[in-house]
Amino acid sequence: MREEDAKQRVLRAQNEEDTKRIAMDIAGRLHAGDVVALIGDLGTGKTTFTKYLAQGLGITENISSPTFNIVKEHYGGRLPLYHFDVYRLGSGQELIDIGAEDYFYGDGVSVVEWADLVMDCLPEDAIIIEISYGEREGERIYRCAF
Amino acid sequence: MINGSHITLGLESSCDETAVGIVQDGRKILSNVISSQIDIHTRFGGVVPEIASRKHLECVNSVIDLSLKEAGVTMDQVDLIGVTYGPGLVGSLLVGVAAAKAMAFACGKPLVGVNHMQGHIASNYLEYPELEPPFMALVVSGGHTNIVNVVDYNRCETLGSTRDDAAGEAFDKIARVIGLGYPGGPKVDKAARNGDPEAIHFKRVYLEPGSYDFSFSGLKTQALNYLNSERQAGREISVPDVAASFQEAVVDVIADKAVAAAREYGRDRIVMAGGVASNSRLRKVLGERAAEYGIEILKPAPVLCTDNGVMIACSAYYEGKKGNFAGPELDAVPGLEF
Repeated sequence: MREEDAKQRVLRAQNEEDTKRIAMDIAGRLHAGDVVALIGDLGTGKTTFTKYLAQGLGITENISSPTFNIVKEHYGGRLPLYHFDVYRLGSGQELIDIGAEDYFYGDGVSVVEWADLVMDCLPEDAIIIEISYGEREGERIYRCAF
Repeated sequence: MINGSHITLGLESSCDETAVGIVQDGRKILSNVISSQIDIHTRFGGVVPEIASRKHLECVNSVIDLSLKEAGVTMDQVDLIGVTYGPGLVGSLLVGVAAAKAMAFACGKPLVGVNHMQGHIASNYLEYPELEPPFMALVVSGGHTNIVNVVDYNRCETLGSTRDDAAGEAFDKIARVIGLGYPGGPKVDKAARNGDPEAIHFKRVYLEPGSYDFSFSGLKTQALNYLNSERQAGREISVPDVAASFQEAVVDVIADKAVAAAREYGRDRIVMAGGVASNSRLRKVLGERAAEYGIEILKPAPVLCTDNGVMIACSAYYEGKKGNFAGPELDAVPGLEF
């Protein structure tokens, strides 16, 4: 399920179990101050991916969509998780205006859904993961530029 | 105080409405002024937080003045100030909280911090002056989908909530994809009236038996898969049919779970609240299913389903009765739970 590329790793998930394994594996390698930038269309499973990333960090509470609140904080794991959804923001500057940098450079891991909308305001070393639909129903492709 | 009756002023600014309402003795609406930003946000396909908080700041004072004027009440006659302190957008909440604290401090009035969701439930006390707890509440909005067992005015427990997308959020997202625009809920509702709810079968997600939680993310994916495959096959998509079928799948699950919760807890009333409570299909289906078991459905008028100040005033009145006052340290809590 892994294809090496010159610049990026391509991981294929045939189902949600595979997604869980991929996300939990990535979670195990995260450090405080890491920003995970998720890019993918509606329905590709950004929140689902985040759910398993949170599990991988040892967070037990449910991860629901933060679209309405823009950011939700989750504690109780190995590291705090700051879960952003910038779907409703107009620009990266607005993300800065709501204090995102305090989270990005803070003591936890930040996950940003719809990161392509605010790329200019994310840290340069953000961990970018592009999610796209595979050919078969339920299949997802993760392109990881790290 | 006016002729011995208690006057509460409620301030709401958690999302895109700046609203101030004045309520007499917790139940009677004297004024209900709502300044909506929907027109502004329609251009962006949703609420833009930074614009929202700036707009709140611009109009909060005039909304307060207008509300007092319409009620024929002076600030001296106000006995209590209530304000939404969460959940919501932090910048928006802060404007309301700061304004309420300043008023309370400057005029020497007691202050109560109100949970926005509690406020939505309280809107029913205004619609139905005789209503008293206990009852089952169904709170459905852009950010929430909750089944709440309301034990007393200030005591309730959440039996179920959404594990991913809220019902209103699911409507917003699907409306965007099929080109209906913002706000999605009312647009889907309207389009669905000309569509066939059985045209496309979307799988209903009930989760584990006995669970009162919801999951609408999978439904969203199902609808996207459907749209993609139809487009690839070169077939025309019927927007009314997609809207009606999608709405039916959401409404079916919500109605079933709300009725099941009321039956399990022996409640003979289900009280609806939140923006999606004005969805005409949800009102109809829930009403029919509840009637089979002799359960009554209470639904506030659409103006009370949207964010408003009177529901906050009402909730504050009952919190104040219990002595749950806030001090100057009251702060916005964007992720506030029930």
